[in-house]
Amino acid sequence: MSIACYHCGADCLETIQLEDKSFCCDGCKMVFKLLDENGLCQYYDLSDMPGLTAKGHFVSEKYNYLDNTAISEQLIQFKLGEQAHVVFYLPQIHCVSCVWLLENLHKINAGIIQSKTHFEKKEIKIVFNTSLISLKQVVQLLAFVGYEPVIHLGGNDWLKKKNVNKKQLYKIGIAGFCFSNIMMLSFPEYLSNNAVELGPLRHFIIYINLLLSLPVLFYSASGFFISAYTGLRQKWLNIDAPIALAIAVTFSRSVYEILSQTGAGYLDSMSGIVFFMLIGRWFQDKSYDSFAFDRDYHSFFPLGVTVLEEGKEVNKALSSLIKGEMVLLRTDEMIPADAVLLTEGALIDYSFVTGENAPIAVAIGEMVYAGGIQKGRSIQLEVLKPVGQSYITELWNSPVLKTEKNIEKSFVHPWSQYFTIILFLIAITSGIYWSIYDSHKILPAVTAVLIVACPCSLLLTVSFTYGNVLRWLGRGKLYCKNASVIEAMHKIDTIVFDKTGTLTNHDETHLEYTGTALTVKEMVAVKSVTRESLHPLSKMITQFLRLQVSDLAEFQQIENFIGKGTKAYCDGFEIIIGSASFLMSNGIVMEDSVEKNIEGSLVCLAIDGLYKGCFKINHSYRNEIEPMMKALQAMGYELHLLSGDHPTEKVHLVQLLGNEMPMLFEQSPADKLNYIETLQNKGHRVMMVGDGLNDAGALQKSNVGIAVTDQTHLFTPASDAILEGGQMYILKNLIDYAKKAKLIIIFIFILSILYNIIGMYFATSARLSPMVAAILMPISSISIVALSALLSYLFSSKLRAYN
Amino acid sequence: MSVFILLIVVSVFVAGGFLLAFLWSVKTGQMDDDYTPSVRILFEDSVKVDQKEELKILPSSK
Repeated sequence: MSIACYHCGADCLETIQLEDKSFCCDGCKMVFKLLDENGLCQYYDLSDMPGLTAKGHFVSEKYNYLDNTAISEQLIQFKLGEQAHVVFYLPQIHCVSCVWLLENLHKINAGIIQSKTHFEKKEIKIVFNTSLISLKQVVQLLAFVGYEPVIHLGGNDWLKKKNVNKKQLYKIGIAGFCFSNIMMLSFPEYLSNNAVELGPLRHFIIYINLLLSLPVLFYSASGFFISAYTGLRQKWLNIDAPIALAIAVTFSRSVYEILSQTGAGYLDSMSGIVFFMLIGRWFQDKSYDSFAFDRDYHSFFPLGVTVLEEGKEVNKALSSLIKGEMVLLRTDEMIPADAVLLTEGALIDYSFVTGENAPIAVAIGEMVYAGGIQKGRSIQLEVLKPVGQSYITELWNSPVLKTEKNIEKSFVHPWSQYFTIILFLIAITSGIYWSIYDSHKILPAVTAVLIVACPCSLLLTVSFTYGNVLRWLGRGKLYCKNASVIEAMHKIDTIVFDKTGTLTNHDETHLEYTGTALTVKEMVAVKSVTRESLHPLSKMITQFLRLQVSDLAEFQQIENFIGKGTKAYCDGFEIIIGSASFLMSNGIVMEDSVEKNIEGSLVCLAIDGLYKGCFKINHSYRNEIEPMMKALQAMGYELHLLSGDHPTEKVHLVQLLGNEMPMLFEQSPADKLNYIETLQNKGHRVMMVGDGLNDAGALQKSNVGIAVTDQTHLFTPASDAILEGGQMYILKNLIDYAKKAKLIIIFIFILSILYNIIGMYFATSARLSPMVAAILMPISSISIVALSALLSYLFSSKLRAYN
Repeated sequence: MSVFILLIVVSVFVAGGFLLAFLWSVKTGQMDDDYTPSVRILFEDSVKVDQKEELKILPSSK
């Protein structure tokens, strides 16, 4: 059996030993050594194999751009003397050990004064001494121990958000304080039958209550009034309008009663309702802090690039890159802008842009496009277009992406309008009734109707149910941006899937060998040859053969043709391995089927001048995709497939997904966007499920854009929701559950109407005492909250079954 | 009865004290992170080896 790496827990293919511990690679061993030297081995005691695999991740030059003061100044939040504060987003944080190690960074480097993590936001705040350690070194240290920060210049958005959250908490705190005190002080009033009993104390209590209700009205409830006002100005009666009206009527009537000394008013009910509604909103809005739903291409691109100026390497900010500049691109770096290749050795992985998995070799003088990642050695490029006008980034200049997504008005809003109309009808009817029988009771009856039948129960239902549903979806690893995404999901009738990375798994590709079977000796020779090449496909073949043979052979001669293949003499064999055209140019006769299939990810092999067979890369499809797709079709959804890839796998896909499903291949990002738009123009409501930057336009244009991600949400384009790749097969259940939210809301709303009818009975008969109001209000609020939690729990049973 | 007036005023002020404590805790960011502190408290303060030795020496040197 394979041994698990002591640091990261990955299977060790070539075991590297240190004392009694085994490591999967030198990187992991070095991290262990660093921690060991600094007495930080508690890291391994807190949880089993907590480390993040270090395989080939660490490139120290990658962060050279941080030496550029313009960039580093933007990142540093606060600087005083030699102390600097910086916050990084570390998506790799996943366990107790992570927190422990990150908070003990000062033991590794004395320049770090303090580091503090925020587990749920996956953030670290580092205070460091700039005379001892530079920002670049801080980032290098983090990256070395496996926590590579995601650096982007987001400005101070996070700060704004934080202040909004705080304001909400202030409002809740003040409303809660005033509500509980008013309620407590009102008890004598509820329980005493005549005013005489309390004497002067009664006035005192009433005036204190009035005083306490002022902050609730003017501070805590201000949000409802502002929202209602902005709604009315746009000639739109939103759900906050009747609520603001009810609050205003309750307060005015209470003030009137108090001043005219006819009663104690309903200040307790008013402040209670405001308190409950604020909690409901807070509950609904408390969503996923650590996810970024609004990334544009800036977050995908590096912040800085290495520019060659008169032979010298200069670090420049990406935004200041201009046409004609020479860029030095190292291994695993991203092409920042469309450019012309100047040196040999380009092997570009466009999987991020097109979805095509195999790297493409580019010859000198050809164009390379922004978003591609260099897999070969360092190359030089000449920039042709500024960053913002490149093929991939141009998409963001299109007006579709510039306009904010049109958030559909919730189905609750029309209801609240009907509700308001019915409310006014009842108020007017009871007013007319009392004007005939007892004109003294007109005002009490009419105001009581407005007080009791406030649609706050509707608002409470909505906010608590959506809050609960968002959380249960989150347990199913579907993280929605906000509650309106759930509503948008109700109306979806078409689902469009991307192929690479969405239906297939990015990280899991497997090789398949077809052709004449190889002898052990031949396999050893081929493995020895492929081992010498850095081409990702060669690496995969080496891995593939390693599972079958473990020996290595000596080779006599080896010649690499970059981007084409390798020719070598090894162990008495002449081995030619590479693309089909490479073999043909070497005069090897091949099977027809292979000859036709020059495109795509095929590696052909010839030994001693004879064609042997080829290695083919297959994307592995995610688990249980087929039954999930069938189930979605059975639910009445129209399914589509868009791929940026070559149609090599069409046959396989038809087998898997059936014939009726429209499938389009070789789609550019703009094509995908247009496709969604055409569907929408036909009246469809479209959900897009995609992963890469090439889907970004479609995700934005669709009614619901779901970004699928396998890594700990490192790279997700702007979307409405983020789904973890492994959960793809329960997408059907997730959609199903989101749809149930509406059912729950309708059910509870019916219940709250029952409460309203009871309250109406008291109100229209002009017998609404403060005590009845004070009993009805908490009972209805609490039962609504409890029922919403219970129902969303019961309906989520199918989701929980998968966890 | 008039003592009630005093008691009510006192009680509102006491409750107001708690409200201020809450507002202060929000302001100083104690409500920002409701998970990490629960993890942090589990970490033992690992004392560096040289400091441990110093501790051993101190009482005996007296």
